[in-house]
Amino acid sequence: MSEELIVHGIEWTVKELFVYPNEYIYWSIQIVMYPYMTGLVAGAFVLSSLYHVFGQKELKEIAQFSLVFSLALLPVAAMPLLLHLQQPTRAMEPLLTPHFTSAIAAFGIVFTAYALIVLSEIWFVYREYFVAQVHALKDKPGLANAMSRLVYRVLTIGAYDVSEEAVRVDKKAATIMAAIGIPVACFLHGYAGFIFGSVKANALWMSPLMPVIFIMSAVVSGIALCMLTYIVIMEWQAFRQRRKGGGVEASEIKGAEKDIINQATRYLLGFLIAAISLEMLDLIFRGYTAMKSWDILRSVMYGKDFVNIFVLQYTLGNLVPFVLLMLPRRTLKRTVLALVLVLFGVFMMRWNVVIGGQAFSLSFSGYMHYEIPVIPHSFETFKEGVFGALTVIATPFVLFWIINKFVPSLRRDARGS
Amino acid sequence: MTCSRRDFLKEAVGGTLASVLPISAFTLLTTDEAKAAIAESNIRWAFLVDTTKCVGCGLCVKACKTENEIPYDAAVTRTWVERYVVTKDGQTHIDSPMGGRDGYTTDLIRDEEIDPEDIAKAFFVPKLCNQCDNPACVQVCPVGATYQTNDGIVLIDRDWCIGCGYCIMACPYGVRFFHPEHKVADKCNFCYHRISKGMEPACVECCSFGARRLANLRDPDDPVTKIITTERVAVLKDEYGTKPHVFYIGLDANVR
Repeated sequence: MSEELIVHGIEWTVKELFVYPNEYIYWSIQIVMYPYMTGLVAGAFVLSSLYHVFGQKELKEIAQFSLVFSLALLPVAAMPLLLHLQQPTRAMEPLLTPHFTSAIAAFGIVFTAYALIVLSEIWFVYREYFVAQVHALKDKPGLANAMSRLVYRVLTIGAYDVSEEAVRVDKKAATIMAAIGIPVACFLHGYAGFIFGSVKANALWMSPLMPVIFIMSAVVSGIALCMLTYIVIMEWQAFRQRRKGGGVEASEIKGAEKDIINQATRYLLGFLIAAISLEMLDLIFRGYTAMKSWDILRSVMYGKDFVNIFVLQYTLGNLVPFVLLMLPRRTLKRTVLALVLVLFGVFMMRWNVVIGGQAFSLSFSGYMHYEIPVIPHSFETFKEGVFGALTVIATPFVLFWIINKFVPSLRRDARGS
Repeated sequence: MTCSRRDFLKEAVGGTLASVLPISAFTLLTTDEAKAAIAESNIRWAFLVDTTKCVGCGLCVKACKTENEIPYDAAVTRTWVERYVVTKDGQTHIDSPMGGRDGYTTDLIRDEEIDPEDIAKAFFVPKLCNQCDNPACVQVCPVGATYQTNDGIVLIDRDWCIGCGYCIMACPYGVRFFHPEHKVADKCNFCYHRISKGMEPACVECCSFGARRLANLRDPDDPVTKIITTERVAVLKDEYGTKPHVFYIGLDANVR
């Protein structure tokens, strides 16, 4: 097919029965990734705030980590949107000429506000550490040390006061930022739900419950990812220590601490129940009211997408991990398995909303199937395909690795006071 | 360098004021204010489709693609013609291959042959942008690249569209698509470049059967307006509250 004939969407859309000529799956994998990654950001931040604001002491260890991890996830929330745009060079326009009747117009503003909150909270939490590093690296020789000292000097923004009074103010400021951050994080994600929920043309998306469902599942996925990453890193560190030889006191390396995991699991289950209840309410309501669109929705949900919705999302992604986490004598391995399944379940939920919402024609007389491009043969099939999605998934871990070099969220000695 | 808290605050307030003042020279208009600033037009474009006259020749689709430079063989189109065949068992068979561009010259509907004896009724329905009074696409555009003119036509600024696809998702009629060459949203605009010069839209001009006609609702002497105001006409999907302005004669309950 010559270049000019390739219509956006034609390469991964298969039509069945009667579909309007211009209908394709215009919002593909990157728009699945967008709410998924935003949800992880919001969830990670909420988890860290549980400690900072509500004083959940058990969560202290993971809270610090979640905060830094949510910073690493932050740029990745905007990345899928950029990859999805047909005119990516015009990405700044929503900030230049925002058209506020559009839900998307506020993205830049909400996103920037949230980024500032996360950055400032991290700064308040780590300022004392930055100052300490500047002093510690002062007399050390070598270019690398000089470079990292320079980075730390920039990070302090000239605030070297580490008196007791100043540190107390820092802590208070961090708590305030965390408190403001919770509603903003919820807004950031609830608003992603609003983008879908307010599309009146789409029978599956249009629901006032959509923003709330999105927030609940966001917190679930955020907590799950933070717990999972935390467990993996802690176990890896413990493993490395063991390999180096038994010279380490057992009390020093505990691996992933049980108390933290137990407490975080409790929150995870709570939010999971809330998310599932709301989704069920939405489903039952649609079936009971049986509006014009119900015939086609039912045929999609109970027919074409049955495996995706009821087997992969609800059973494998919700029910199985729920049972795994509730059963007594929980082991770390079982927790890890449950967390992976929870993350998968939330991903499937996003998939079923975004792709499922385009699985039927606006004419209610036909279907569209999404065949995700695997082997790319053009930039478009790369970014809107499996490898585009994998790039988005991999980025936060790379960013976290870099950020963690300067803002250690896991090293015990650096974990604030 | 020393900087007391007082100095810092002073400088900060001064700096903020200096940067904000030039911005205050601009005024933010509400949608209503912006509308009021544009003079009221004596034109409100509308469209009348007489489905009883359409024979499904596809000439309108051909003309539209050529006139508006939509790649001829690309599987998107600004206007299209749907064929409906309702059989005696109550089933509705619908198709629109290539938007009906090449005319309906075969009895096959999606490779399925329907016995003429089984057909209860059959008809064609041309579709195009409804130039809604309350357009969902304009509401959701994050940058204002799609907008409504004061004569009722919804246009797209190709130099400002970011290609997010939100307008495509928001349109209940499926008239929008991404232009394969320009990589921005595209749709029918009643051939705005022609009608604003007193000409007919390409599809109207080429329709030999008078199935498609343009109207100015603000002109009571317009013969097409007279039909719309005095005869029984219907619109598509009015339940979405978009107030569509393409009116149909002979619309059937089976039409989607």
